[in-house]
Amino acid sequence: MKKQGKGIAAGFYPSGMSGGGDSSQAMVKVQPDGSAVVTVGSCDIGQGCKTIMAQITAEVLGIDYEAVKVVNDDTDNCPLSFGTFASRVTYVDGLATKMAAEDARRILFEVAAVMLECSEDELEAADSQIRVQGNPDKALSIGEVAGAGTFGMRKFILGLGHYMRDLAAMDPETCECDPFCTLAWAASYAEVEVDTETGEVDILRLVNSYDVGKAMNPTHLEGQIDGGATMGVGAAMSEDLHPFFPSLEFQPDNLGDYAIPTTMDVPDMESVIYECPSTNGPYGAKGIGEMTANTPGPAIVNAIHDAVGIWITNLPATPEKVLRALDAKGA
Amino acid sequence: MHTLELTVNGQTCRVEVGLKTTLLELLRDKLHITSPKVGCNTGDCGTCSVLLDGVLVRSCITNALSVQGKSVTTLEGITEPGDIHPLQKAFHEHYGSQCGFCTPGMILASKALLDVNPSPTRDEVKEALSGNLCRCTGYVKIIDSVLAAADEMKS
Repeated sequence: MKKQGKGIAAGFYPSGMSGGGDSSQAMVKVQPDGSAVVTVGSCDIGQGCKTIMAQITAEVLGIDYEAVKVVNDDTDNCPLSFGTFASRVTYVDGLATKMAAEDARRILFEVAAVMLECSEDELEAADSQIRVQGNPDKALSIGEVAGAGTFGMRKFILGLGHYMRDLAAMDPETCECDPFCTLAWAASYAEVEVDTETGEVDILRLVNSYDVGKAMNPTHLEGQIDGGATMGVGAAMSEDLHPFFPSLEFQPDNLGDYAIPTTMDVPDMESVIYECPSTNGPYGAKGIGEMTANTPGPAIVNAIHDAVGIWITNLPATPEKVLRALDAKGA
Repeated sequence: MHTLELTVNGQTCRVEVGLKTTLLELLRDKLHITSPKVGCNTGDCGTCSVLLDGVLVRSCITNALSVQGKSVTTLEGITEPGDIHPLQKAFHEHYGSQCGFCTPGMILASKALLDVNPSPTRDEVKEALSGNLCRCTGYVKIIDSVLAAADEMKS
């Protein structure tokens, strides 16, 4: 008999290393033609580090995204970064990049204030211009300012940024501390169909909702959510590194035996992006990289319980485990 | 060593290969064509996929000598140099690639599908790509990309 069930699961995840001490630096150099080069130490593994750092720099300097080049290819030559892990790049490197871009903008304003005979406080950077706020006639292209600053005033238009959260001090009496940069929140909803004859579980629908703080790049977020959810489906349904743990026998050693989901195993998925800004993150952003794999599995297990009344406490929920649990329940 | 003659991306090649050389080793190590990736080397992941006389094969489990006289197409050969194929454009525009390791195989598997079925349904795309593993994307945007490319190629 086939029985259907629904399940939900919720979770939270910090952005960056818990406990603080997590450091990233960035450099933003404005070239004499008004384009910018950002150098950061965190690598891009496809999650979009380069895209996000270019977006932040373009936003601060008021220039086109296409006018920003991101260099992050060699940790020997790049500023310090603790790296691409802990869902930290958008938050920690993003803050460092925003600080560096603001620092570069400050130097541009120093130059433009002389050229426009105004104070630096009156200036804004937008539409590839440095201009007096509320007075569009008093404007210079960013290239004019950067060129005059570099060659005329011999300035080095280089902004530096370094974000590091202090190590969290713990109260020895109560263990109270404030260890997180920010927390992102998540919930997944799963609908499954369990075949009580074969033990097979079919995921009919999976909805994943994430509080991302600020959706810096919605397309990338959807890509991360879909990808993480699929890892969660794999962990819940098919991936087993030690099938007979603690024995290491029959440990899969190739991609044929270690069954990650294929196109045919991924259910119909929906991504819901919710924005509750973080206090300190760049434009309110939070990191959601790793947590996207966390809630789908528990939601699926809860849905199996809703369908047939068994608890799967050891993933993956293989047909064998489902049938054994059904037998133990006397169903 | 044995002499092998084949066509790779439109060019005739004559190479010496051993009995155990795979098509993947021939392409990468002898011809320095690196878009086919070494993933599992057991035919399970699909990132080494190439087209052999227009048919999708896994080059890691294809013996090089078995392609004698045949025509091999890799990602490098699906357009003229400097051009971009509608599939490549769609993968770029629809974020169909994250780390990129599966992308050459995904695009060739998609091309093999669109060559015989220019108007696939979503389920047909899923089935055509079911032998190509991706760990980053959850496949959603890859499938979106293939459907977008199919639309563009029709118009």
